[in-house]
Amino acid sequence: MPETLIPVEATLRFNEHTLPCPDGLTLAALLDAQGMDANQIATAVNGEFVPRALRAQTWLAAGDTVLTFQAIVGG
Amino acid sequence: MSTPTNTWAPYGVELTSRFLLGTAGYPSPQVLAHSIAASGTQIVTVGLKRTLAAGGDNGFVEIVRTAMQEHGAHLLPNTAGCRTAREAITLAHMARELYGTPWIKLEVVGDEHTLQPDPWGTVDAAAQLTRDGFAVFPYCTDDLVTCQRLLDAGCEVLMPWGAPIGSGQGLINPFALRTLRARLPGVPLIVDAGIGAPSHAAAAMELGFDAVLLNSAVAQAVDPVRMARGFGLAIQAGRAAYEAGVMAPQDMAVASTPVSGHPFLIN
Repeated sequence: MPETLIPVEATLRFNEHTLPCPDGLTLAALLDAQGMDANQIATAVNGEFVPRALRAQTWLAAGDTVLTFQAIVGG
Repeated sequence: MSTPTNTWAPYGVELTSRFLLGTAGYPSPQVLAHSIAASGTQIVTVGLKRTLAAGGDNGFVEIVRTAMQEHGAHLLPNTAGCRTAREAITLAHMARELYGTPWIKLEVVGDEHTLQPDPWGTVDAAAQLTRDGFAVFPYCTDDLVTCQRLLDAGCEVLMPWGAPIGSGQGLINPFALRTLRARLPGVPLIVDAGIGAPSHAAAAMELGFDAVLLNSAVAQAVDPVRMARGFGLAIQAGRAAYEAGVMAPQDMAVASTPVSGHPFLIN
């Protein structure tokens, strides 16, 4: 009997969540899909800062970790 | 009459206030706004955090931005929470984008219990951030050689601690702070962290430091607004004393009233 290959969905980490990572997904598209206010956050992919102007040209891959940061009070 | 409000100019920005105020831990956004106003500060510190599903900031950041517009003051974002130079550099770039300022309070923590800054990580990050066009305000210890290395890395301002962050202990090593002032004339020096009472801030200013940065001592006061005003007055008083020249201490009493010996010559 031939083995049945079960497709493993490609995923990425987005802040606290694991999300699907379809081919061609850009950082800008991910933020939009997640309802993020693009002007109120800063972003990093795998620990590297991604400027706002480059989000639309930053393609994500399975296994990537995307973090967003927001302004807060501080000392 | 001369006033103690002569200017200083970190990274070429002329300021009259020598009081840098942190914005964390206030009981309400309104108290924060009133504390900023009462302090007379022209620089307030802010931070960044990872976006979490739960919880916003309850309007604190908007209060800070509004207060800054009203007072024409400057934001100084920090890299709090960073343990490596790489983390701090990444967070600094994010802060520059979010807050629109090249100013960065550089924090690279080296010890979890004291939150003592890591001198190597701080110097490495300062050098890179300077190359990247930042104006770096490094939070550092009072170690002279570390401070010299930070200047070599391109920092034009230094922020040695008075005591560990949030400890409220005041100036635990006045000798080291005096040494910094003596060895680094002309460098804007800000005592950052450990200040608990206005008297501590005044003491730092009497040593010739250019400014004081504090947060918890105001935010955790019973009446933060009144405490902010108190610190503002103490910092002005300390600066005035430094400019006036504090008298040299003596081991023995020196009579101040010129009575010419004993008032009565009996027997």
